Amino acid sequence: MNREPTSLIRMVNQIAANFVNLPDDEAAGQVANHLAMFWAPSMRTELAVWAEGGGPGLDSVSILALARLATRP
Amino acid sequence: MTLLREPDLGTPAQPGAADVAITVDGRSISVPAGTSVMRAAALVGIDVPKLCATDSLEAFGSCRLCLVEIDGRPGTPASCTTPVAPGMSVATQTPKLEKLRRGVMELYISDHPLDCLTCPANGDCELQDMAGVVGLREVRYGYEGENHLDLAKDDSNPYFSFDPAKCIACSRCVRACDEVQGTFALTIQGRGFDSKVSAGAGESFLESECVSCGACVQACPTSTLQEKTVIQLGVPTRTVLTTCAYCGVGCSFKAELRGDQVVRMVPAKDGGANEGHSCVKGRFAFGYATHRDRVLSPMIREKITDPWQDVSWDEAIDYSARRLKAIQAEHGLHSIGGITSSRCTNEEVYVVQKMIRAAFGNNNVDTCARVCHSPTGYGLKQTFGTSAGTQDFRSVEEADVIVVIGANPTDGHPVFASRMKRRLRQGAQLVVVDPRRIDLVRSPHVEAAHHLQLQPGSNVAVVNAMAHVAVTEGLIDRAYVAERCEPVDFATWEVFITGAENSPEAVEPFTGVPAADLRAAARLYASAPNAAIYYGLGVTEHSQGSTMVMAMANLAMATGNIGREGVGVNPLRGQNNVQGACDMGSFPHELPGYRHVSDDAVREVFEQVWGRPIESEPGLRIPNMFDAALAGSFRAMFVQGEDLAQSDPNTAHVKAALSALDLLIVQDLFLNETAAFAHVFLPGTSFLEKDGTFTNAERRINRVRPVMAARTGRQEWEVACELATAMGYPMHYDTASQIMDEIASVTPTFAGVSFRRLDELGSIQWPCNDAAPEGTRFMHVGGFVRGKGRFMPTPFVATDERTTRKYPLILTTGRILSQYNVGAQTRRTSNIVWHEEDILEIHPHDAEVRGLKDGDWATLTSRVGETTMKVCVADRMPQGVIYTTFHHPVSGANVVTTEYSDWATNCPEYKVTAVQVAVTTAPDRIPVG
Repeated sequence: MNREPTSLIRMVNQIAANFVNLPDDEAAGQVANHLAMFWAPSMRTELAVWAEGGGPGLDSVSILALARLATRP
Repeated sequence: MTLLREPDLGTPAQPGAADVAITVDGRSISVPAGTSVMRAAALVGIDVPKLCATDSLEAFGSCRLCLVEIDGRPGTPASCTTPVAPGMSVATQTPKLEKLRRGVMELYISDHPLDCLTCPANGDCELQDMAGVVGLREVRYGYEGENHLDLAKDDSNPYFSFDPAKCIACSRCVRACDEVQGTFALTIQGRGFDSKVSAGAGESFLESECVSCGACVQACPTSTLQEKTVIQLGVPTRTVLTTCAYCGVGCSFKAELRGDQVVRMVPAKDGGANEGHSCVKGRFAFGYATHRDRVLSPMIREKITDPWQDVSWDEAIDYSARRLKAIQAEHGLHSIGGITSSRCTNEEVYVVQKMIRAAFGNNNVDTCARVCHSPTGYGLKQTFGTSAGTQDFRSVEEADVIVVIGANPTDGHPVFASRMKRRLRQGAQLVVVDPRRIDLVRSPHVEAAHHLQLQPGSNVAVVNAMAHVAVTEGLIDRAYVAERCEPVDFATWEVFITGAENSPEAVEPFTGVPAADLRAAARLYASAPNAAIYYGLGVTEHSQGSTMVMAMANLAMATGNIGREGVGVNPLRGQNNVQGACDMGSFPHELPGYRHVSDDAVREVFEQVWGRPIESEPGLRIPNMFDAALAGSFRAMFVQGEDLAQSDPNTAHVKAALSALDLLIVQDLFLNETAAFAHVFLPGTSFLEKDGTFTNAERRINRVRPVMAARTGRQEWEVACELATAMGYPMHYDTASQIMDEIASVTPTFAGVSFRRLDELGSIQWPCNDAAPEGTRFMHVGGFVRGKGRFMPTPFVATDERTTRKYPLILTTGRILSQYNVGAQTRRTSNIVWHEEDILEIHPHDAEVRGLKDGDWATLTSRVGETTMKVCVADRMPQGVIYTTFHHPVSGANVVTTEYSDWATNCPEYKVTAVQVAVTTAPDRIPVG
């Protein structure tokens, strides 16, 4: 597994936490959209690779969001 | 006084229709009711002699020089204090009046030094002028009687002197301090012959409450209060109208010069933002532009341990381009990027972001707004549809309730604070939401109705609770919401905000705000005819900065407080061109005009004009660049006018990232802290040399006109053009005006902006286009920019930065009146007398239990670093919270701030750092990062 992207994990979990009032599925969609709109592709890729390896440190909504992002065209 | 005079009509304008007709010396004029005879006369071209009257101050009627005769009225009333009446017939020049005026002038001159030829105000003195106007030829009383000529001069203030021997006791200085500045630092001490101007309680100006705004100096009709530069250099001979380069108020100034030497900066009466007022920074602290520390020649070095070598511009540009291209060739297109500056002009910023997107070929561009108001951009765009404040500054004059959240305007935005305090003295109510008891909470003739002294980090909970009160107590403007806002989003928000967890009682335990106070404040805001929110970095620099901006927007929409004068959600921008830098496409996800890079149609506009493809994905933000630098994927950075190593959080992390770069190019005035890690230094231009525009917090675009030639031989935009060209992307403009023309051609909100139009109108608030050819005072009138206003859920999420037994205190940081940002400019002026070092403010209890006293040295430690500062025990701090500024590199406040940031924008959480403070006996001023 690659070096843990500590900063990115903290950031994506923090984004997910701010959608706490939404159901997980909807929150994951919002997080995925936020990452697509505001994060550089290299950051998203690094986190996606981490998630593929099990994603230690990522909370469930973050993992769901990254999965969503992976299926986007 | 100012030599290069603007018309002075004697008394202020009155509102209303000009429906009172009078004649003055046979000339007819109609003016609004309440207008003084003096002003009416001036409007018809007749200047009544005057000394105590000036149109920035209310009439006072003390000098007795402006006497007139009015048909049907007895005596000779003062024209300044006499309002017009229908049919009034006024005579301003009669033998009787001439005799009276000469008599008055004789008395003044009998107690005035007869040193006109050697006086610094010679030729720039209203007393001298009036002596001529009234035809004074002799002083029958002689000069030997009792007088004030031996009174001691007060030279304590670094910028102006006070010579009471020249004072005519007209009270203009006192009234300027009261009415314009609102500090009430001056008074007339004594009575009758003993009357004299006194600062504070008989103190020197420097020791008094005087804030050195310069209003008294400007108001003085003689040389009693005189700029020291005028005394030293002489009366200026020419003027250039330009814009201040300090805070986001963006004051207009007349730079008054002799040759190419600036003698003084005088606030412009018709400046849209400041209307003739100024603060100590804009008025006096311009000397940094010619400071000996300025670097004027480009420099390069292979390694940051090498000494700098002066090189030609061509060599510096070629070296930079060659290394940038080599790094991209080896590490990829995205391995380089750059940062624009909020201290540079719109034109300079536009060109740098264009260089990065078109010549570097990526979107790795960010701006120092990242660390201040990026949450404003996010939050206001989500809710209202555009990333800007809603009002002009003048709007506060119609506000009935003013809520100040996380801002300290009397220090950070002093000219706007004066305007706000004037409205408060007229009776508007004030709510202050701030952990500290800032000066606005209680100062002369201003007292907040409520001070919600919340715990740092609990902003969102407090504003949610205010909205909860508005909703649950029936204070929502439902007609407004139904007409203006998205119904589904409002319904969702209403359910959310009504939840018991958002009640004042539920949040009190962790916000520290008594529920009853919060309810009262919420009722005051929600019930007001016009309620306005003003906020600063105490809102944005939190882990929920963006959420907080949206929470305030929700509250304003719910209560119908958007879309007209006197209301709004208003960011008080930190630096002079934060708004402009953001407008110009400095964020990695947005092109100029806040349009996302993923929008094909928008990209096509720029690709056609720029002739290069633009990436459709966002680039790296500043903190992302640091992380990528440490990871090895980001290798080179161009930094325009930003001191990352001092201003960004967690200094050790920043310095490590900068050290990891293969190439750092710094464009700045001085060798700042960041330059220590640079390989190329490109000297920048001060605002006195720039040609372009700044956009202030009210979206007001002001011209920045060159007062002197660029001392570096290059405008900064020329340097960026040359670098882009050297990298293989030809970029050229003949003038800054051409750059603005290009901006207007690609940015719909700037479509009607040009230098010519700015010269015609003075300033323009964007949007400026066919629909609003003269600009826009208030946003969202009749509808929101995005169509319908959008309520956003704003759940409170506590920051991860928590106090512990090891770090039991919360540190917040901010700035003070005399200093600006990292102090690179103000530390190189005499402003240093007011703030020679950063001070740690601490509550008496927290000090006591640590054995700390005023003036002690203390170590300040967080989990990321440690520094040492002097302590000030201050009961304006709440227990458990400490405060300092970040103006001095030696104190290194950001050594202790952390990498935590706003969830949406990565704006650093400067306002919440868990720390410990301990007494230290041996001052160690070297920060450990």
